[in-house]
Amino acid sequence: MTGLIGVFVEAWGEVRVHKARVVLSLVGVFLAVFAMTSVTGLGLIVAQVQQEQSERSTGRSATIQLSGFDQTTGAPAPAAEWDAAVGQLLDRYGVEAYATVAYRDALFRLPGGTQQLQVQQVSPSYGPLHRLQPVQGRWFREGDRTSLSPTLVVNEFFLDMLGGGDLTAPRTVVLGGARPVTATVVGVLRDGYRSPTVYRIDHTGLDDARATAAADQAAMMYGPPSVELWVPSAQVDEVMAALQADLPLLLPGISANVYRADDPSLEGTIDTLRLAVRAVGAVALLLGGLGVFNVGLMAVRQRIREIGIRRSFGATSARVFGAIMLESVVATVLAGLAAVALAVAVVDNLPIADLFNDGVPIADLPGFPVEAAVEGLLAAAGVGALAGLLPALLAVRVKVIDAIRF
Amino acid sequence: MRGLDGRGRGRGEGGPPERVGSQLQLTAVGREVRLPSGDLLEVLSGIDLTIGAGEHVSIVGRSGSGKSTLLNVLGLLDAPTSGEYLLDGQPTDRLRGRRRARLRGECFGFVFQQFNLLPRRTAVENVAAPLLYARGREFLGRTRRALEVLDQVGLAARADQVPERLSGGEQQRVAIARALVRRPRVVLADEPTGALDVETGQAVMALLAEATAAQGAALVTITHDLAVAALADRRLRLDHGRLTPMDAEAPGARTAEVVA
Ligand SMILES: Nc1ncnc2c1ncn2[C@@H]1O[C@H](COP(=O)(O)OP(=O)(O)O)[C@@H](O)[C@H]1O
Ligand SMILES: [Mg+2]
Repeated sequence: MTGLIGVFVEAWGEVRVHKARVVLSLVGVFLAVFAMTSVTGLGLIVAQVQQEQSERSTGRSATIQLSGFDQTTGAPAPAAEWDAAVGQLLDRYGVEAYATVAYRDALFRLPGGTQQLQVQQVSPSYGPLHRLQPVQGRWFREGDRTSLSPTLVVNEFFLDMLGGGDLTAPRTVVLGGARPVTATVVGVLRDGYRSPTVYRIDHTGLDDARATAAADQAAMMYGPPSVELWVPSAQVDEVMAALQADLPLLLPGISANVYRADDPSLEGTIDTLRLAVRAVGAVALLLGGLGVFNVGLMAVRQRIREIGIRRSFGATSARVFGAIMLESVVATVLAGLAAVALAVAVVDNLPIADLFNDGVPIADLPGFPVEAAVEGLLAAAGVGALAGLLPALLAVRVKVIDAIRF
Repeated sequence: MRGLDGRGRGRGEGGPPERVGSQLQLTAVGREVRLPSGDLLEVLSGIDLTIGAGEHVSIVGRSGSGKSTLLNVLGLLDAPTSGEYLLDGQPTDRLRGRRRARLRGECFGFVFQQFNLLPRRTAVENVAAPLLYARGREFLGRTRRALEVLDQVGLAARADQVPERLSGGEQQRVAIARALVRRPRVVLADEPTGALDVETGQAVMALLAEATAAQGAALVTITHDLAVAALADRRLRLDHGRLTPMDAEAPGARTAEVVA
């Protein structure tokens, strides 16, 4: 027990006495770990951003899109029956994360004149599934379904069409047609697009009562309303097959249209990106390790006499080995800690959204990836051990009598 | 203190060392080294030497006569290539690695001509250094023990000085404290006054003899200073790797008488 403490005491003493040398050798490790950790951390964040960007349009991994249409007429399935059947299937497969989406056209009476725009009618759950987070106002909530004034969430471009300014209070816009209705903008998204994007809360009582004709027409243009199901990637194929088979049983005459909405190759692409980032970090670390190794080797040569003296006190080979090795590890871990701390501070303060996402705020901007920090520390310790190995072996082989001979 | 108690010392009475029990015993020890040319060089040959507990022995000899080699053999830093070396009656030829290092640390204290203090460590850290390889309470109480021994060599006030700021005499006193800190049974001193001026050398040597005696440890001093040699109970001479008693020789005997 005291033997073990002794090794640590000795290594610490060495680090303390040889501060200058230790610091010198550690500059390399520090820079390498800093480079590695910040590159890895940043890389993982960028990968996350990349993923989000793609998920905003296609849904999270893995999203299944389900729609149904009448085999003979090509019209969408009747809304009430469709809802009931889909609800039953979602229950059966235990799918809890899902959203509905339908494409419609609407006339907007804007300051610059009336325009016909495409509107996505979505359920409140659509936002989280697509990582949509308004920069002003809010996303839809369940309560919006019963609101007399249909609620809208629009992008900044649309807000400009509406006259610009901020969304300090809900803004209204008249949706034209035979019977105009005043809609309320409750949230503004930043998506960077130079064209309007309008989301409208899905399934209000109003829609059901009067919009079947319009809905049928829209379905001809944009396809029937669909349900997006979010399921673990591993279960995608299974769930898709089940939907394909089960839906026609519940809705005779209706044929199911099932496909995967997100890009399955994205996961692979991002994994590759992560791997590349790691590789760059590893090379940086290797170079830093070479520095420690070099200085460590020089230090042992300089300390041959000292090692001989310690031998004369009864230092065993194991102790000599352990002390040199641990000195290297203790020192690199300290440098690693400092480097990781700096990397975290730097990366956390980078304007990630501006740099990598066209200024669009990132919904789930990850904190500094813990794995990158842990990796950095482990790598530092590993480099210390590796760089200490040869000097330690060399130290063990020091011949005592030669070392203390003058 | 374990020093001047019942174990006693044979010092000054000229009696045979066996009287107080022998600790180190060399029988027909030889040490050959292979030179880079491939030839064998006999550094030591036919060494018979017994050193008793608490005895003070000095070995003189010309430079290159094998004195350091002999001391290294005694201190388990080197091993004989022939003959037998018994430590407390146990053969040492089978001792390897860890056990050899442990035994060395426990039984011997070294004092070198060049002091060999660890640079940039304070006096007290230097003195405590051997205790890093001790265990249990010896390890845990190392600083206190180091200060105690520093006090014995009169350097308590300089405990926090690094060697670079100590005089030669002071450095050697730190080295003496370091040699004694683990209460060794034998202190091996290789020309301890060789790097000091005559006066300082005398003082340091007196201190070494006294402090070693106070702990009841045996002392083997290598020197080519006859005055230093004269402090010993027994004086030996090494000549081309062979050991002979010095008192039989005229010059040595004369010096011994003068001092005695
Ligand atoms: N390992 C070795 N290799 C070659 N020669 C050695 C070795 N060890 C000792 N010698 C030689 O043996 C002789 C005695 O050395 P040493 O014991 O250091 O003598 P001393 O201490 O009396 O001056 C010297 O000539 C030295 O060069
Ligand atoms: Mg010598």
